Amino acid sequence: MREITFQKALEEAVAEEMRRDPRVITMGTDFTGDPIKEFGAARVRFTPISEAVLTGMGLGAAGCGVRPIVNWRMVTFSFVAMDQVVNQASKIRYMFGGQADFPVTYRCSTGGGIGLAAQHSQSPYSMWMHLAGLKIILPSTPADAKGLLKSAIRDNNPVVSFECSRLATLTGPVPDGDHVVPIGVAEVKRTGTDVTIVALAYYVGESLAVADELAREGVSSEVLDPRTLVPMDVETLRASVQKTGRLVIVDEAPATCSAAAEIAALIVEDPDTFRALKAPVRRVCAMPVPVPYSPPLEQAALPSRDDIKAAVHGVLKESR
Amino acid sequence: MTLDKAPLVQMLRTMILIREFDERAIQLRLGGKIYGAVHPYVGQEAVAVGVCAQLSVTDRVTSTHRGHGHCIAKGADIRRMMAELFGRVDGYCKGKGGSMHIADFAVGMLGANGIVGGGLPIACGAALAGQLEGKSAVTVCFFGDGAAAEGEFHESLNIASLWKLPLVFVCENNQYAANNPVGVQHPRVDIAAHAAAYDMPGVVVDGNDVLAVHAATEDAVRRARAGEGPSLLECKTYRWHFHAMRAARPPETRPAEEIASWKAADPIARLEQHMVGRALLSPDELRTLRDRVTAALDEAVAFADASPFPDPKDLMADMFAQ
Repeated sequence: MREITFQKALEEAVAEEMRRDPRVITMGTDFTGDPIKEFGAARVRFTPISEAVLTGMGLGAAGCGVRPIVNWRMVTFSFVAMDQVVNQASKIRYMFGGQADFPVTYRCSTGGGIGLAAQHSQSPYSMWMHLAGLKIILPSTPADAKGLLKSAIRDNNPVVSFECSRLATLTGPVPDGDHVVPIGVAEVKRTGTDVTIVALAYYVGESLAVADELAREGVSSEVLDPRTLVPMDVETLRASVQKTGRLVIVDEAPATCSAAAEIAALIVEDPDTFRALKAPVRRVCAMPVPVPYSPPLEQAALPSRDDIKAAVHGVLKESR
Repeated sequence: MTLDKAPLVQMLRTMILIREFDERAIQLRLGGKIYGAVHPYVGQEAVAVGVCAQLSVTDRVTSTHRGHGHCIAKGADIRRMMAELFGRVDGYCKGKGGSMHIADFAVGMLGANGIVGGGLPIACGAALAGQLEGKSAVTVCFFGDGAAAEGEFHESLNIASLWKLPLVFVCENNQYAANNPVGVQHPRVDIAAHAAAYDMPGVVVDGNDVLAVHAATEDAVRRARAGEGPSLLECKTYRWHFHAMRAARPPETRPAEEIASWKAADPIARLEQHMVGRALLSPDELRTLRDRVTAALDEAVAFADASPFPDPKDLMADMFAQ
């Protein structure tokens, strides 16, 4: 199987979907390569830096039969378009009684760890999860990035594609041909029996590395990647925790009202899963501060492999 | 162009229907049949009607929180509108949207909007779709003077002009953004002046003269259909009633003389006078027309009242498309 970067996988997804469906267009302030050469200037739109109008245009065009991809670049810029995301995109289908579909994909990079400081190191997945009307994908490998983004573009709803900055240069195998990963399906990235580690984006790879270390100590970890945050594959999460009886959740967003908080609630509010728990649930998340610039401070703010390992040791020790 | 009798009668009928629909909505809100907020369009009828008379069913409009007039002028069914206001299943949004989220995509009415300025970017998207379709469909974006102070207004005018979108921006300057007069909102009260900065025509129109609105829209729509890009029409008008009401009418805070002077320029009376002056409308015809509007509204209210409330089991339906 070929190995390509996460970034290249995302670009392939867009190009393949534009080839597949002439209704797909893409809008952003810049593009890799020269997509206008293949798809023309009508479908590849260089835009002014106007996030609010781009977000709403994607929605309006989608309601009229176009399938736009709007690239916010960084999720932080999407906050300029808060009205169009919160008041319009997440509510438009429902409040109009389902009389039209809005197949628009919003792409953005997320996360810290690359020295971009407070504004450009955010992981606000849970803000968008809270809105109830947006689907949300968050891949951790090049193959999932390609397959999920293709599904997002084919989906008939607004979908937000969170693309982790630290993964952009990660290389991995991607199947040839029309590789599609369904939205709403989690994946067990490693099977184990002692503890379930649910990790998001960059921290899937980190958790797999920690699982290798733990295996040498005789601890068997199951690493699970939700891949999609809305809709969340609750059944797969609960089945894993029912098997292992222990849960550690790893994400680089701060813990307060986070995806990690939601996952913890989905686990403990289910009677069967709650009864299977042998230890309190642990979250390994960012510290509740704006992500600082200086490398030692940034590292201190974000979860580390040591933090993950310590959390696993913690739930093992606290077990009944 | 001088319009002959049939289109003038049609415009007059639609203006009267819009006015009476909203007068009825106020009474129904006071009577507890309608919930939430009502934003009456009374006084501004010439804008929606003059503009929409230049559009076909394949053209599109976006609307505002004060959207009943745009809905009716674009050809929506007042029975389904009323059912929506009543919160019933036969409403346009199955009772899920209400007055501020009413829409009829089948006639190109892409939605009222509870956010000032929120419809402008969506209108740009509809116009982009029209441009990509290549069938010369035009989008009209209705918004108020208040929206011109929003960032979305400026982003939208900029990109619409840059991309020569087939779009007509129609500012209904009704002199108040919510309850604050335009002078408190803008250093310059001619919203049309913004057009120059975005390299598009900007025209101030007497928004209480349906024929003037109709003529100005004709130029803007022709330009949009020809691929020459957007225009900004500013229609000076006035809302006769409050900004919004809930359970009771809010107290009037505007000067009595101001209200009286605008009522003296009643857009419906002016069209009637124009038609009477050209011997196109007799008192009998006017009476018949008004009776028919009343009957249509009675029927709409009966339709709404007969429609069931939504079943709570359908709460989660329509969240996501398949």
